[in-house]
Amino acid sequence: MTDKKTNNWSRRQVLKAGVASSAAIGAPMFFSRNTWAADFRNNPGNSKNLVLGFNVPQTGAYADEGADELRAFKLAVKHLNGEGDGGMLNTMKPSVLKGNGVLGKKVTFVTGDTQTKSDAARSSAKRMIEKEGALMISGGSSSGVAIAVQSLAQEMGIIFMAGLTHSNDTTGKDKRRYGFRHFFNAKMSGAALGPVLKKEMGTDRNAYHLTADYTWGWTQEESIKETTEALGWKTLKAVKTPVGAGDFSQYITPILNSGADTLILNHYGKDMINSLTQAVQFGLRDKQVNGKQFEIIVPLYSRLMAQGAGKNLQGILGTTNWNWALKDAGSQAFVKSFGQEYGFPPSQAAHTCYVQTLLYANACETAGTFYPPEVIKTLEGFEFDGMGNGPTEYRAEDHQCFKDVLVMRGNMKPTSQFDLLEIVQQVPRKQVEYDAKIFGGELGPYVV
Amino acid sequence: MKNEKILKSNNIPLYMVIFSVVVLTMPLWLEPIGAAYPDLLQKFAIFGIFAVGFNILFGLTGYLSFGHATFLGVGSYTAVWSFKLLTMNVLPAIIFSMVLAGIFALLIGYISLRRSGIYFSILTLAFAQMSYNLAYSVLTPITNGETGLQLSKNDPRVVDGLFVEVGQGIPSTNLFGLEMSGYQGFYFCAVLLIIAFYISLKIFNSPFGLNLRAIKSNQTRMSYTGYNTKPYLLAAFVISGMFAGLAGGLLAVTDPLAGAERMQWTASGEVVLMTILGGVGTLLGPLLGVGIIKYLENIFSSIGVKELGDFFSFVPDSMHAFVVDFSSLFVGEGWHLTLGLLFMIIVIFLPGGIMQGFDKIKNLMSKKDKE
Repeated sequence: MTDKKTNNWSRRQVLKAGVASSAAIGAPMFFSRNTWAADFRNNPGNSKNLVLGFNVPQTGAYADEGADELRAFKLAVKHLNGEGDGGMLNTMKPSVLKGNGVLGKKVTFVTGDTQTKSDAARSSAKRMIEKEGALMISGGSSSGVAIAVQSLAQEMGIIFMAGLTHSNDTTGKDKRRYGFRHFFNAKMSGAALGPVLKKEMGTDRNAYHLTADYTWGWTQEESIKETTEALGWKTLKAVKTPVGAGDFSQYITPILNSGADTLILNHYGKDMINSLTQAVQFGLRDKQVNGKQFEIIVPLYSRLMAQGAGKNLQGILGTTNWNWALKDAGSQAFVKSFGQEYGFPPSQAAHTCYVQTLLYANACETAGTFYPPEVIKTLEGFEFDGMGNGPTEYRAEDHQCFKDVLVMRGNMKPTSQFDLLEIVQQVPRKQVEYDAKIFGGELGPYVV
Repeated sequence: MKNEKILKSNNIPLYMVIFSVVVLTMPLWLEPIGAAYPDLLQKFAIFGIFAVGFNILFGLTGYLSFGHATFLGVGSYTAVWSFKLLTMNVLPAIIFSMVLAGIFALLIGYISLRRSGIYFSILTLAFAQMSYNLAYSVLTPITNGETGLQLSKNDPRVVDGLFVEVGQGIPSTNLFGLEMSGYQGFYFCAVLLIIAFYISLKIFNSPFGLNLRAIKSNQTRMSYTGYNTKPYLLAAFVISGMFAGLAGGLLAVTDPLAGAERMQWTASGEVVLMTILGGVGTLLGPLLGVGIIKYLENIFSSIGVKELGDFFSFVPDSMHAFVVDFSSLFVGEGWHLTLGLLFMIIVIFLPGGIMQGFDKIKNLMSKKDKE
């Protein structure tokens, strides 16, 4: 098997190859030329439209939340452009929004599917930024994804208004200058739940955690542990479960004989629906352990989950960022226009996404420019009211919003299919505030 | 399977020049179909390398590995760690990615290649699933589990610390100062794709490649003639693992984040789909497969009812709603359905992939010429 090489390059071929390859190598100069023409990425310039990118999970364990977020985004865009009844535009204080778009430009949007995967989320965010010219990215529904997209936003110099993300890390150790979060976090959930747990369950309990195995689960477990252990509770065991596991029976069986009298479910979305339903089916809630009634706690609640879990949720304690039953003018205006549009009340995920879009638009309008560093400076330390949570502040040190937190209980006698959670207590903002330094992390530069 | 050389040796330079020009001008000719933006272009080039490497194993030896995403993941994690510990320069990162992926391939290959056919596939699948679970939940200190491994400002970056002043934010990946995001990133990946393609072409044309093809056609006969086939197979496995490692490293270069989902079995399945769709054992087929799948994934999945409505505006009003509703099944979230249908059609009518389709067309043309 001989393989004789006849590698004869004629001079003509060499010349041709040379010309072709130099043309090819020169191509980058040609294509990247325009990258520096704009003073910041995706500057709308003289365009009549402003493009926002909404990146939500449309498939996977958090798809229900994602669908509701998208509804809220669409509603927010309508209101910003002066269509519909204006919703919270009328109640937001202070506000310079007039319902004629933002800085005279009509608001348009593009969407992407995060698939609840960091890779896919960054990929679709990049598509919206690089191809469709999105000036701001919003969305999320998983803290892992939110953190991944937030750091991408910092690299690309595009503002990220986080949607549903509850992990301490989002505005803690992984905070970024270009990332903002209106939603509350695990630390605040713990602080709000503490006194209620003490009153309802006493100071002598043995807790067993089931925790979703990613950043949100980890930090929520940590924060809830911190709270309960300060009350005097013991933590027997904390078991990590994969996200989207579907079947949790292998994790629930060991609880029966562990001596625990309290189960804390650090799960969300379909995971929480499944694990709670199975825990109830295994008879955990009918058990008496150490002479005490067995209790289940779901630190982060949502109405969408309540709909999925049905009766199993009745009487169980948890916290939410917002609930449609709130009576303030802002909440009512939002619930009314959302209801008119879609025929049912919004979830807390929808609320936070709607508010974030309005806050971004208002900051651009106030700053008088879309230039991100100026918009960021306007948002930092911004104090507002009339958005459903009472007086709220975007803390400048970590871009976290501080506002009241709701402690909720699964409604024992629901009057409608949406009236599934009742408000136990509206915990004032003061009680859930903490020092921005405890989580470390750095925001990074304004100009990238 | 034709047992002849795919290309005559003296045609190679011309072939490579054409190939290079086509790859490097992708931003131009992909513009009309909306695929010319840096992220997707980078993906085309990176998964191109992945598929070209996979084709060296699957196309030449016929050994179907269902675990190639493992090497992709290993490459990504290695590259990110190199960014964290040593330097933001991409050269060490991709070299380490290839080396480590090669070591993994050697271990997994050594064990898996004791079996052939379906048993080999199952073994590689088992290894891939094991690696995925390790990355996802066991080795979280190294991989950061579901959240994914990311850079942070406090990383040591020992080598960079000696030469460069620490900036305000997280530094970006670079090639001696040239930033590796956007179009620069694409051209870097594209040049590596051209090199990878050249290596694969050389392998296809070499005696080594001929040996591999002989193994595919009849391994038993090969052993009877006195050939020890295993070293050849292992070499092919390791080479293709290193290609995958390079692709994984490049994923981290263009976007410094590594997540466990990159190692999931679906990712391994994807490269099999790409190769079969384009044409197993052909040089260009896998690249065509990559183009089609990545295009569907990124562009088709972003088309909504509104875009469809505009697109079908020529349809009469009475039919309009129906046409839009029906076609919306195949775009957006439904892009998997489109991919599935396309895959079925190709496997049923063109088992040799799109490349076979081209051959058929070529044959038809030449027949016509003769008449």
